[in-house]
Amino acid sequence: MKVTNRRRSTLWLIVFAVAVLAAVTVAGILLNGQAMESDFARKNLMPCLEYPFGTDWMGRDMLARTLAGLSLSIRIGLLTAAVSACIALVMGIVSAAMGRWADSVVCFCIDLVMGIPHILLVMLISIACGKGFLGVVTGVALSHWTSLARVIRGEVMQLRQAPYILAAQKLGVRRWDIVRRHMLVHLMPQFLTGLILLFPHAILHEASVTFLGFGLSSEQPAIGVILSESMRYLTTGKWWLALFPGISLVIVVLLFALLGERIRLLLDPASAQE
Amino acid sequence: MTLQANHVTFTYRGRHGAPVLQNIDLTIESGERVGLKAPSGRGKTTLCRLLAGYERPQSGQVLLDGQPVYGRKGVCPVQMMWQHPETVVDPLLRLGVTLEESGPVDRRLMEALHIEDGWLERFPAELSGGELQRFCLARALNPATRFLLCDEISAMLDLVTQAQIWNFLIGEAERRNLGLLIVSHSDSLLEQVCTRIETLPA
Repeated sequence: MKVTNRRRSTLWLIVFAVAVLAAVTVAGILLNGQAMESDFARKNLMPCLEYPFGTDWMGRDMLARTLAGLSLSIRIGLLTAAVSACIALVMGIVSAAMGRWADSVVCFCIDLVMGIPHILLVMLISIACGKGFLGVVTGVALSHWTSLARVIRGEVMQLRQAPYILAAQKLGVRRWDIVRRHMLVHLMPQFLTGLILLFPHAILHEASVTFLGFGLSSEQPAIGVILSESMRYLTTGKWWLALFPGISLVIVVLLFALLGERIRLLLDPASAQE
Repeated sequence: MTLQANHVTFTYRGRHGAPVLQNIDLTIESGERVGLKAPSGRGKTTLCRLLAGYERPQSGQVLLDGQPVYGRKGVCPVQMMWQHPETVVDPLLRLGVTLEESGPVDRRLMEALHIEDGWLERFPAELSGGELQRFCLARALNPATRFLLCDEISAMLDLVTQAQIWNFLIGEAERRNLGLLIVSHSDSLLEQVCTRIETLPA
């Protein structure tokens, strides 16, 4: 019987997911010009060999538009997830390591952000920052750090009681050195998993805010823009305008979720046996 | 120097109304080797944690020359050796990094404890329990250390290694005029090593 190593198959899945996502990102950047190009001689074409995703009412290639939109979504997702995760790391450490007062302030912020529905908060922040790229990125980044911050706060509280940290304190190691040398390394698995699991949320919320008209401006080939524009044409029977971009968004989101799950399995060997 | 516990009472949080230690008095002078024995669960380790300032006594005081030990800044002159050395070193750091962060290490100590330079490149999991215990001893014998609390540090070692460690510790304590508190279940060990033996009251 051939023995398959689960770690290895997990690793291959991760490589596959990263490769697909990277290919989409690069393809989107390269096809950005083509996505904007309109040609009324080929408008409203059903999906065919030449245009697998069809064309829209201005004769733009939907495949190119979808790829460009996904690419934009992934780049925004990466940026916002990174900013969000960093906020979460800082907040979590401050909350757990700086004493009771800092803890209550951070917990209050977490409850405040969590108490408002995500989509509403993203919309409000986005409007306040003048919509567009900056608005979306700020909105999503400032609203998604809470749950990861809670996880990190819990981890740090546990670490603070670890004998090796207590012993280091008694040997006169300074507080900042303890955080840097003994805590950050132990927080990495939670941080990385949290970071990657933030992507799907960030991407979906970017798309929904843009769809609702409070995000990216309509000349940009973003998935949210594509979906909201095609809504008007759905009733006239042009199903391909929304179907393919929608499905590919779902696939990208699922790929990121899979990536996060698999990386958790790799970094935390105990959970690999579940 | 004098390390002194004055009427110390201590209860762990969450254990309602059942103090682990009640009204304990203990004094250790520099140069003394005090043995501490009591049945399991009587609070020997807790007393060590209090004396080393890991915990704040609920009532009473732990004083080092009249100054409270809990909350002291910098290197604490009272160091504790834990029963399980593998919990006291960061599992993700090379031993060299762990050793250096508490200041430069005395070559003589390293040689006396047979700590090889190669170990410092390794991770804690790559050393045996006895090797790791010797490593922790070298770290706990910081130049600033005046009192060393040894909580069952030789229970998992073979007799030859035990003898080596205790001979070394007695010599070191006499040379530096250290005060030692030695927790053990072994009466013969305590009789051999200690200048005085105390028992925790029930």
